[in-house]
Amino acid sequence: MMSKTPFSAFVRKEFYHIFRDRWTTLILLIMPMMMLLLLGFAITTEVKNAQILVLDPSRDEATRMIINTLEASEYFEIKGEVTSIEEVETLFRKGDIGMVLVFSEHFSDKMLHTGKAQVQLITDGSDPNYALTLTQYATAIIGGVVQEFSAAQGSIPCQIHSDVRFMYNPTLKGGYNTVPGVLGMVLMLICAMMTSISIAREKEFGTMEILLVSPVKPIVIILSKTVPYILISLINLTTILLLSVFVLKVPVTGNLLLFFLLALLFIFVSLSLGLLVSAVAKSQMVAMLISGMLMMLPVILLSGIIFPVESMPLFFQWLANIIPANWFIKAVKKVMIQGLGFGAISFELMILSGMALLLVLLSLKAFKKRLD
Amino acid sequence: MIQPNDNYSIMVEDLTKRFGSFTAVDHISFEVKKGEIFGFLGANGAGKTTAMKMLCGLSKPTSGNALVAGFEVGKDNEGIKKNIGYMSQRFSLYEELKVWENMRLYAGIYGIPEKQIKERIELMLESLGFQNEINTFVKSLPVGWKQKLAFAVSIIHNPKIVFLDEPTGGVDPASRRQFWELIYQAADKGITVFVTTHYMDEAEYCNRISIMVDGKIAVIDKPQTLKMQYHGRNMDEVFRKLARNAVRS
Repeated sequence: MMSKTPFSAFVRKEFYHIFRDRWTTLILLIMPMMMLLLLGFAITTEVKNAQILVLDPSRDEATRMIINTLEASEYFEIKGEVTSIEEVETLFRKGDIGMVLVFSEHFSDKMLHTGKAQVQLITDGSDPNYALTLTQYATAIIGGVVQEFSAAQGSIPCQIHSDVRFMYNPTLKGGYNTVPGVLGMVLMLICAMMTSISIAREKEFGTMEILLVSPVKPIVIILSKTVPYILISLINLTTILLLSVFVLKVPVTGNLLLFFLLALLFIFVSLSLGLLVSAVAKSQMVAMLISGMLMMLPVILLSGIIFPVESMPLFFQWLANIIPANWFIKAVKKVMIQGLGFGAISFELMILSGMALLLVLLSLKAFKKRLD
Repeated sequence: MIQPNDNYSIMVEDLTKRFGSFTAVDHISFEVKKGEIFGFLGANGAGKTTAMKMLCGLSKPTSGNALVAGFEVGKDNEGIKKNIGYMSQRFSLYEELKVWENMRLYAGIYGIPEKQIKERIELMLESLGFQNEINTFVKSLPVGWKQKLAFAVSIIHNPKIVFLDEPTGGVDPASRRQFWELIYQAADKGITVFVTTHYMDEAEYCNRISIMVDGKIAVIDKPQTLKMQYHGRNMDEVFRKLARNAVRS
């Protein structure tokens, strides 16, 4: 009985702290949803209704077919035609135009007889990601049309026909990447950052001293701090899943039980990371800065939510490997999107368990040192 | 090893704490009688907070022995923690909890049985005259009230000894008087009071005081005796005469 009473008294106190402050509650419960929706809708590499202009001196069957197909796709919208290449620059400067399509003269003829018709794609290189995506989409569409056109004219198609298929994400939706990323970020934020801040607050206000003089074991104090955040993480996990299925239309194909098991392991890793930070940080400000700079920023930049890790310099790829959230995100993609089972994520589970063990040992050591 | 003695609640022998080459507390020895109000004085940096932390089990002694409430410092800190109360100079209740919630929390921390908690809280509210403040958030209480509440909470579990680390810092003289009345009430109940203070008028309220200089205990006696011995009209003068020789500070 003796050990149970202080624990429940503490847990109750932690809940008061969180739910009495309307802003804290709001931030903890609403912010994850905002993050998901923001990253899911706003920061997307998908292209939709990009405005393009056409310079078409040929005006023949092939060019018309290409233009119509582009217009019909949801990616592009033909804004109009230009008559000279000189106009292009002034129009780009206005900023609304994503791409200009310039056909060579006698396009169909050249294509059918010499196989060397030319089309130039001019994009605004000041936004390289967007420009690259636009040209990729356009090239794919033009390639398809040329193929079709040549076949219809009965000439032998000389181009290689490449049929691109995106496994697990046939329509290349950004949400498939965003949802696991946001999950990793939110759990990290709530478990690591909030736990470290709440422990640092006790130190800052001097209440920690009183608790250390009391017969309550430090482990009870720390465990009771983690209970509310575990609960809030699980709530957030559920709301994020619901939002992703019903709003972002990202399905959960894998085993939910395995998914929650994975999430619990990652919650544990994040909590121990938060404890380690709180062992070092003496004030809320320091705890916030350490968690923000050393944990949140790397997760945002190096987890592949926004920038693909595969195309980073080797050093950063290596750095990305020591970020716990990345292993979690990888495993979530496998379970949630690809629908794979336990065997497929056993490596990630092993790494995460190893990290958890290491972090717990480190933070216990840090806590002991402080008490001497 | 110190032989336990029922007449004393604190017995200290050659207690020492070093941080690297710096000796914060240098072989201090003293006893505090049961039910006594013991003033533990010294200038800033004299080592009183370090000594107090060792007695509370917050810090390990480098050498020497001490018995607190019959338990050995450094070996049986759990036993000590169950039998002492502690209130620090920094106000240490939870500001965003209500008065009764703070009381409830500490009652829980000290393992007071659920059935007794309500009764204890009511008794405490009554002795403080806080019956109307039960649902007030601590942050909206005046400083003097907060200190009184913090003291009451620190002895919620009827400890054998209560350690007060500059409990009246930043409080106006009238509130300080009221606070000392609470201290006398606690002493009347048999709780030993171990208090550090900067206010020399408060030193006169103690049964006995010790003055630490440079990590050592320079004098230890009744306030009246010390005044006579050092030809001081009040404790302030005695303190100045002793602290003048300090190297640190």
